Amino acid sequence: MNLAYRDIRHNLGRFLLTCVGLGLLLGVVLAMIGIYRGIVVDALTIARAPAVDLWIVEANTRGPFAEASRIPGDIREGIARIAGVSSAGSITYQTVETERRGGKLRLYVIGYEPARPGGPPKIVEGRGIARSRYEMVADRTTGLALGERIQLGRSVLTVVGLTRHQVNSGGDPAVYITLPDAQKLQFDLAPPAARVLLARGSAGASRDTVNAVVARLHPNASPDSVAETVRRWKHLSAITQAEQERILSQSLVDRARRQIGMFTTLLLIVSAVIIALIIYTMTMEKLKQIATLKLIGAPDRTIIGMIVQQALALGLIGFAIGATLIANIMGYFPRRVVLEADNILALGLVVIAVCLLSSGLGVRAALRADPATALGG
Amino acid sequence: MAVDDTSHPLIRVQGISKHFGEGETRVDALRNVSLDVHPGQVVALRGPSGSGKTTLLNVIGCILDPSSGSMELDGERVLEGGRWIRTDLRRLRLDKIGFIFQFHNLIPFLDATDNIALVLQLAGAEVGDARARAINLLDYLEVGHRRSAMPAKLSGGEAQRVAIARALANRPRIILADEPTAALDSKRAGIVMDLLRKVAVERDAAIVAVTHDEKIFDRFDHIFSLRDGALDHTGDA
Repeated sequence: MNLAYRDIRHNLGRFLLTCVGLGLLLGVVLAMIGIYRGIVVDALTIARAPAVDLWIVEANTRGPFAEASRIPGDIREGIARIAGVSSAGSITYQTVETERRGGKLRLYVIGYEPARPGGPPKIVEGRGIARSRYEMVADRTTGLALGERIQLGRSVLTVVGLTRHQVNSGGDPAVYITLPDAQKLQFDLAPPAARVLLARGSAGASRDTVNAVVARLHPNASPDSVAETVRRWKHLSAITQAEQERILSQSLVDRARRQIGMFTTLLLIVSAVIIALIIYTMTMEKLKQIATLKLIGAPDRTIIGMIVQQALALGLIGFAIGATLIANIMGYFPRRVVLEADNILALGLVVIAVCLLSSGLGVRAALRADPATALGG
Repeated sequence: MAVDDTSHPLIRVQGISKHFGEGETRVDALRNVSLDVHPGQVVALRGPSGSGKTTLLNVIGCILDPSSGSMELDGERVLEGGRWIRTDLRRLRLDKIGFIFQFHNLIPFLDATDNIALVLQLAGAEVGDARARAINLLDYLEVGHRRSAMPAKLSGGEAQRVAIARALANRPRIILADEPTAALDSKRAGIVMDLLRKVAVERDAAIVAVTHDEKIFDRFDHIFSLRDGALDHTGDA
């Protein structure tokens, strides 16, 4: 006879309500883990999108994400000719705010050269940029629709394709435009300022400036040795893809990552305390019944089994409710929530461990229960 | 009630003492108590509060260690010189002793049948056998029609009958009852006492009940009166 199951069945409503409460708490823990992972993944997404091996940036900077970087656009041709480089592309990054349907729309604008490295990794709807100007591929989270026209600076661009999961480390959705459009947006002065510059006689300066040049290498080329070659040009720095990812995950989002990590740890501790209290309370409520069981001769293993089974049932049902809840609502979070099987499995194992440890408190109370207390009123 | 007092007693308590604390805080709960209860006897332990009735019942029920004395249960020496000879006292209780409580103490999440079947299963019975025997016991105590009822749905008298059935489940020859009629009215108290008498006679069992209920004193073969931890008076009802 399974006493744990019988007790749960007898108090099913209360038990399920407790499970739902615990499930909501574990759902929050899962959401925090997902947000934590999402921040790291988001930070790396833009850097991984071009699928390159090397980032060439301004000397003595760790650009273009961690620090500002400006280099001449014609650097790309020189980089493409280095032994080991298979292709190279110029790229710009900037954050802009524009108006859309009476509201503000914040965008992370990536300028690239179509047919060279630096463009969107995958078009999920529509097509890639085919014209040299005034076309845009936008991330779905911008809310922009195919064919929609949007003003960026003094240009109006048409959305021709949609991509997904392309956001920067701050969570701003990315849009891809051609390098000339991006350079115009980033480096062209407004007409009054341009007129002042013209009056000073310095308006002829080239605007062919980019934030970085990205390069893909031949399969047998070493990123480190190519980077070393690039660094011989004193006005340039070269960062391998691995270094770029390290900069992003350890430097750029480090504080946010640690903050959420600490908060997640605190939530886990709170969950553990709550699970322990629930199980302890459940046991204390049954102390007279436990004393009766001991008096009539039930062995300790029967009583321990009842408490541990109920603790595990509570934890696992709560966890299943939390995981189901988060799996169904994670798409509605403003920032990406990334839950991978190993995260869910790890939290599941933590919940089982917490339940087993927590049931220790209840088991201790049960084993201390004096069978004599079953006698008398 | 005619009982063969020459038979070997089912309960033999010899020189049991129990004290709590030491020095100035020492309280003597039992002082050199000896008594025999024979098969078929229904005996009462009476006395004012703090006289040691429940302490004696706890010692006989093997749930309290006495300070000194010896005890025999169902022909087995279980206590000698204040030390338990048997180490598995829980198993001893499961096999040899049935308990009846003042407020029945049925497990609230098990129905009447399973409250009894649980005790049988703890003793090693198969599920089917345990349930069949539980139903037989409920029929024997005339509450078979309530076999599927949860304890909260049983009346006081029904619940106490189920509790008696549970106490009888493993066919113990020693039944210990703590105020078995205190929660019942006179009529139901009489019915419960009749049942205990029936059990004692038909199963050749010894029943020891702690009671304050003067209405039922005439239903006992012997009444042991306790005062300040010592047997004050022993006599027939």
